[in-house]
Amino acid sequence: MLNLQSLSKTYADGTRALAGIDLAVPNAEIVALIGGSGCGKTTLLRLIAGLDRPSAGSIALDGEPITGPHPGVGLVFQESRLLPWLDVAGNVGFGIGDLPRRERAERVAHALERVGLAEHAGRWPRELSGGQQQRVSIARAFVANPRVLLLDEPFSALDAFTRKDLHRHLLALWEEVRPTVLIVTHDVAEAVALADRAIVMRPKPGRLDESIALDLRRPRDPAAPTSEAATRKILGALDRSLRPREASRAPELAGGSSF
Amino acid sequence: MSGSTVLPDTAPADTASPRRAALLGGGGRAALGLLLPVILAGAWEIAVASGLATGRLLPPPSRIGAALWSLAASGELWMHVEATLIRVGLGFAFGAGAGILIGTLTATLPALRWLVDPSLQALRAVPSLAWVPLFILWFGILETPKVALIAVGVFFPVYVGVAGAIASVDRKLIEVGRIFRLSKLALARRILLPAVLPATLTALRTGLGLGFLFVVAAELMGASEGLGYLLVDGQQFSKPDQILAAIICFAIVGKLADTALVALTTPLVRWQDTARETL
Repeated sequence: MLNLQSLSKTYADGTRALAGIDLAVPNAEIVALIGGSGCGKTTLLRLIAGLDRPSAGSIALDGEPITGPHPGVGLVFQESRLLPWLDVAGNVGFGIGDLPRRERAERVAHALERVGLAEHAGRWPRELSGGQQQRVSIARAFVANPRVLLLDEPFSALDAFTRKDLHRHLLALWEEVRPTVLIVTHDVAEAVALADRAIVMRPKPGRLDESIALDLRRPRDPAAPTSEAATRKILGALDRSLRPREASRAPELAGGSSF
Repeated sequence: MSGSTVLPDTAPADTASPRRAALLGGGGRAALGLLLPVILAGAWEIAVASGLATGRLLPPPSRIGAALWSLAASGELWMHVEATLIRVGLGFAFGAGAGILIGTLTATLPALRWLVDPSLQALRAVPSLAWVPLFILWFGILETPKVALIAVGVFFPVYVGVAGAIASVDRKLIEVGRIFRLSKLALARRILLPAVLPATLTALRTGLGLGFLFVVAAELMGASEGLGYLLVDGQQFSKPDQILAAIICFAIVGKLADTALVALTTPLVRWQDTARETL
């Protein structure tokens, strides 16, 4: 269980990026965080990843507080952030350097197999397409067997075909390692394709607004009526999140909410 | 020493169309580059041989070649080349070593940067040759002032290059290291070092080029051996063929030193997609 308790982040310049986030994510759940820019999605992931410290509140993974980068927490950035001086295999194995050479090589080979890049192990990152680079980046995160995987709009720079392909690879790896996943996206279709739950965020300061359960079976068909209904629900919640809070507040959610 | 060797790697990508590239493949392009000097040299040779020009102040290629040959045959040339190379080598080692060390320290320790960098930048504004009289007063006229002058010339581009390279390391890549909980030392070794290597090597190349620039100045100010001495000697005894022979030697030695530096360091930056090899 990943637990966030009244998590807040105020930057030095006074910007309130996040205010009072309460969230509990059961193990192996996939949560999509949706919202416009400036609602603190990236800040939230950076706090959980331990790259930034919260101004208030706490984060715990299975009861253990997280106060910095944690071996059980992986992060895939919006840009692939591969190290240009390492080949593909070197990048995938970057985070497991303390494992014995043999085991590292096996895990790297396996992860590359899973993302369909086995034959590219010896290439330089610059020789890969954007989608392939992001697959390497996902493999790099998975190879460390994270308990929590954070993805910060990892597919936003890719075309629709590549994105669908990457969803498939991501789900295949998730089936195998079954980490808890928090994926930030601004693409409702992506949330419907991947997540067990979509949480709509609202800006100034960043808060969690509405949570929509997506009880859909995998593999998912985006054209199925259930997917369409889920898409409509998320779009409705997004729409409400853009209106002033008091007016839009659904009665059953009034008075503070906890997810 | 040609001016182009002190420029950083900013050669534009090859923009020639495929058809022109096919017409002028590697060898063809090199031949084209030789065409102009060969025509000019040949024309001058003919002009002097036919009596159209005396060639007294600008000797024809055959006379320069003969001067080179006699210097080489007597063994004198190697002594001069060796003397020059030792000076450049020592000056480069001291200057580049200090540049890397101080550049690394000022780039990583802000307090030290605020303390030291303004003074170094002020010293950098002084034309290095202006130190010559002072160095002669301090160190006499033998090897020390020459090596010191070369070291000063090499120091500044290396210092500025290394400090700049460290300062401009992508924070995003450092975060990758933080996510995987690298220690400070591992972060330096696995991310900072490879990230600053290309710019550092470019700075070293610039430094080496300046080393050859300053060895000429150092040897002009008084030396009994070295390629620079051949220049002075050629001027005093009115031997333009010897001057040109020494200039050609400087070009060859400088180019070889630069090529050696690139050859030694290219394996370290094999991952880079640049026009390094074409320079």
